[in-house]
Amino acid sequence: MRPYKYVRAQDVDGAVATLAEAPNAAFLAGGTNLVDLMKLEVMTPDMLVDVRRLTSDRVEGLDDGGLRIGAAVPNSVLAADHKIRSRYPALSQALLAGASGQLRNLATTGGNLLQHTRCVYWQDVTTPCNKREPGSGCSAIEGHNKNHAILGASEHCVATHPSDMAVAMAALDAFINVQGPEGERRIPIEELHRLPGDEPQRDTTLQHGELITSVDLPPVEFFSNSKYRKVRERASYAFALVSVAAALDIEDGIVGDVRIALGGVAHKPWRATKAEEALRGEPASEANFRAAADIELEDAQPLRDNAFKVPLARNVITRTLLDLSEEGR
Amino acid sequence: MSTTTRTTGGAIGASLDRIDGPRKVTGTAPYAYEHRVDNPLYLFPLRSEIVRGQVTGIDASAAEALPGVVVVVTHENAPQLADTGDRELAILQSGEVAFRNQYVGAVLAETFEAARHAAGLVEVSYAEEPHEAELREDGDLYTPEQLNAGFPTDTEEGDVEEAFSSAAVTLDGRYTTPMEHNNPMEPHTTVAVWKAGDLTLYESTQGAHPVQRTVAKIFGIDRNRARVVAPYVGGGFGSKGLPHANTILAALAAQMVEGRPVKFAVTRQQMFTGVGYRTPTIQKIRLGADSEGRLTAVTHDVIEQTSKIKEFAEQTAAVTRSMYATDNRRTTHRLAALDVPVPSWMRAPGEAPGMFALESAMDEMAEKCGLDPIEFRIRNEPEIDAETGLPYSSRNLVACLREGAERFGWRDRTPAPRSHQEGRWLVGNGVASATYPVFRLPGSRATIRYEGDDKYAVEFGAADVGTGAWTALTQISADAIGVGVDNIELRIGDTAFPFASVAGGSSGITAWGSAIFEAARVFRERHGDNPSEGDEVQARTPNNPETENYAMHAFGAFFVEARVDVDTCEVRVPRMTGVFAAGKIINAKTARSQFMGGMTMGLSMALHEESLVDGRFGHVINQDFAEYHIPTNADIGEMDISWIDEDDPYVNPMGSKGIGEIGIVGSAAAVANAVYNATGIRVRDLPITPDKLIQ
Repeated sequence: MRPYKYVRAQDVDGAVATLAEAPNAAFLAGGTNLVDLMKLEVMTPDMLVDVRRLTSDRVEGLDDGGLRIGAAVPNSVLAADHKIRSRYPALSQALLAGASGQLRNLATTGGNLLQHTRCVYWQDVTTPCNKREPGSGCSAIEGHNKNHAILGASEHCVATHPSDMAVAMAALDAFINVQGPEGERRIPIEELHRLPGDEPQRDTTLQHGELITSVDLPPVEFFSNSKYRKVRERASYAFALVSVAAALDIEDGIVGDVRIALGGVAHKPWRATKAEEALRGEPASEANFRAAADIELEDAQPLRDNAFKVPLARNVITRTLLDLSEEGR
Repeated sequence: MSTTTRTTGGAIGASLDRIDGPRKVTGTAPYAYEHRVDNPLYLFPLRSEIVRGQVTGIDASAAEALPGVVVVVTHENAPQLADTGDRELAILQSGEVAFRNQYVGAVLAETFEAARHAAGLVEVSYAEEPHEAELREDGDLYTPEQLNAGFPTDTEEGDVEEAFSSAAVTLDGRYTTPMEHNNPMEPHTTVAVWKAGDLTLYESTQGAHPVQRTVAKIFGIDRNRARVVAPYVGGGFGSKGLPHANTILAALAAQMVEGRPVKFAVTRQQMFTGVGYRTPTIQKIRLGADSEGRLTAVTHDVIEQTSKIKEFAEQTAAVTRSMYATDNRRTTHRLAALDVPVPSWMRAPGEAPGMFALESAMDEMAEKCGLDPIEFRIRNEPEIDAETGLPYSSRNLVACLREGAERFGWRDRTPAPRSHQEGRWLVGNGVASATYPVFRLPGSRATIRYEGDDKYAVEFGAADVGTGAWTALTQISADAIGVGVDNIELRIGDTAFPFASVAGGSSGITAWGSAIFEAARVFRERHGDNPSEGDEVQARTPNNPETENYAMHAFGAFFVEARVDVDTCEVRVPRMTGVFAAGKIINAKTARSQFMGGMTMGLSMALHEESLVDGRFGHVINQDFAEYHIPTNADIGEMDISWIDEDDPYVNPMGSKGIGEIGIVGSAAAVANAVYNATGIRVRDLPITPDKLIQ
């Protein structure tokens, strides 16, 4: 672990300005991911700017009927919020499926979104990794890759994004509000995380110095019929092999609208737009759900150890939609 | 005959609360790192980034320039060891690298943070040589001279080939268990200080005296000039049974800063190299039976690994030599010597992986014979111990199976695989047997001294690794001396007290308790019932002549309900029943915890644990608890634990058999058998994870 400078900014403007002038600095919120990585020297910032107290830690209503979640809202508080539980249950379920009680108390909404992708080779500074050292090679492609990506990977990186919360937010059409050196902007969550392509070192589209200040959830009625299902090797405290967040609107047995996002399969929360498209206007049946899942998974490119994720994802998509269609009647 | 001396005091068998409990929950029980020492230095190790070859250069200038760094220790400046015969322990004596992440140096600094930072700044260059770090069935194999604990490498009785050819039913199965790492809650820790040629170690160990003897030899000092202190230990599970290179590294570095204590606690990541592990195993089992379901032939052939620098041969098939009756039997062990760290003891070495394979095979064979798996085992219950030809001092496996079946509700099981579904859960039940030998390690000595005021001091160097030895030994002392537990002042965990054997092989209570009983007998003989203050005797664990007449083993049975999600193939175990026949139970409360711990480790072995070695780099890549899974509380359901009243007058004066490991042996197979019953899928390669079940 390298020594670093610790700074507590007075406000968001100050934090952004400080980071803008310090190319190797990083924001610190809960620290549940960053500090671990610093111990391993995977991340070596020379300055941490503490933003934990700078953004809102409340969930508030928006004029359009949606909700605004302050970036500093802890995961445990967000999971317990009654508006989230009743109107966006998939989000609450996803949060509770993540990490441990202690970590959820410390981790923030903004920080959870900005978790780094996971890969054991990336976390071990003695093995080659394009994400850590661009051009050094990917150890996972021909190594142990059971937990790695089946969708949207590149020859440079096959890591997966570990957040449960972000998968639910991807299904629920969240918007991310950001303040940076160039001012404020609002990013659809689809555009926050990125696929590795030939720049695997970049997990998100944020520029250096940009700070997430809040997350907005749109007022969509059928999101109250949403669900998160996480498949993992032990009952708690494990990353998803595959997870699914889905919301379903059914009328007279016909799919009016649907949202599906997958976790554990790609470098980002994977919005299953092909499956969604295949289902709109179709009867809500197991066969159709399964067929839609297959359409989404047609592009899957499994690695040595993770071919099981294809049938697993198909089963979990199908089962989650069936659960929602029964509950949504 | 000493072994028939029975207690009358009633402390043995009581559910006494842990006497060290308040100290532990208030944080006042000092673990190795927490002993107060003056002016310590902190050690962070340097570890090889190649698998095999030579260190060709070390540039420590950047590290040495950091404030707080005292010295960078490498093979270029390290003191010479007096004895380099043990190549696991002979570190920093040359630039040779024998496995990935081997210690090639260390930084000593005034703070842990400076030491860790500096370690990252040391540049080590290497000349790399080709390596082989993965166990392969088709690699070079050799036959070791003997196995761990002195078991013979191979055995053969009868004519197995002839028996197979005439068997009515046969089974040919291949089972594998992965590499696993012990990972006690408290990582391996040493605080080492040299003063005027005397070495003191505050050590996290299962045996203070074994560490003392090893370091005295390696550093070439008289035994009584090395003191090892270990009053509280945060778990060992075998990896702390023998000192590893981390202890030597701390003591070696401390030699360079005479007078200053050196503190070294390995990190969780570093626990995955160099402190022992369980070898991966590849096991082939063949069973033959007659039409009545009686075994006519059994073979168990094992391939496993060891390190090129030191042999460790796990006795994986040893259990098969005596578990069931058959006239024709063969067991073999072959090793691959690889460029890997030295495997060592881990949670019932031999029995745990061996019984996974044997008890899985027995389950498969029962089905082939059309028999209930309990009935199949009962039909193959032996009259005597086939390995020694001796009768058992007591063998109550059948009683455990029957009692467990009753408690678990075995009769409600649907025998046909994949025949019971509740909601989205496939439900199945499985059973397996357990056994563990009664090891009797020699040499322990106990001192009993009357200290006046009705207080008796009982002293020996044994370590309580968290199992409850502080409490159980106090109970044994009370009954042996014939006083209440409040009259006993137990002093353990320090080589300042008489020699005690290692807390390993579930042998502690047998070895130390027998010494206590012997000392108490001699004490009363010499000093009568009204001793004077200061009266004292010391006595040794006596030989037990009954070991010539009887085979001594503990037994048990496990019953498991497994649920497998039909969509995701996630496996959950809502309940386990364990019934044990392990002689007299010294403390019902701590014993229950030990059995529960063992069963949890068995479940962990069945469903979770797997160290993944990347052969290109030569080391374990899932080296933390996010990636190397052990069960969480949410993974453990109802644990129904009981034991049958077993009166074994032959094992030792307490009548106890040792309970540290039997909970692990066979429980993994019970889980696998339950998963098979639930799904119809037989997973022969641990751990049983969803990827192996999904179709």
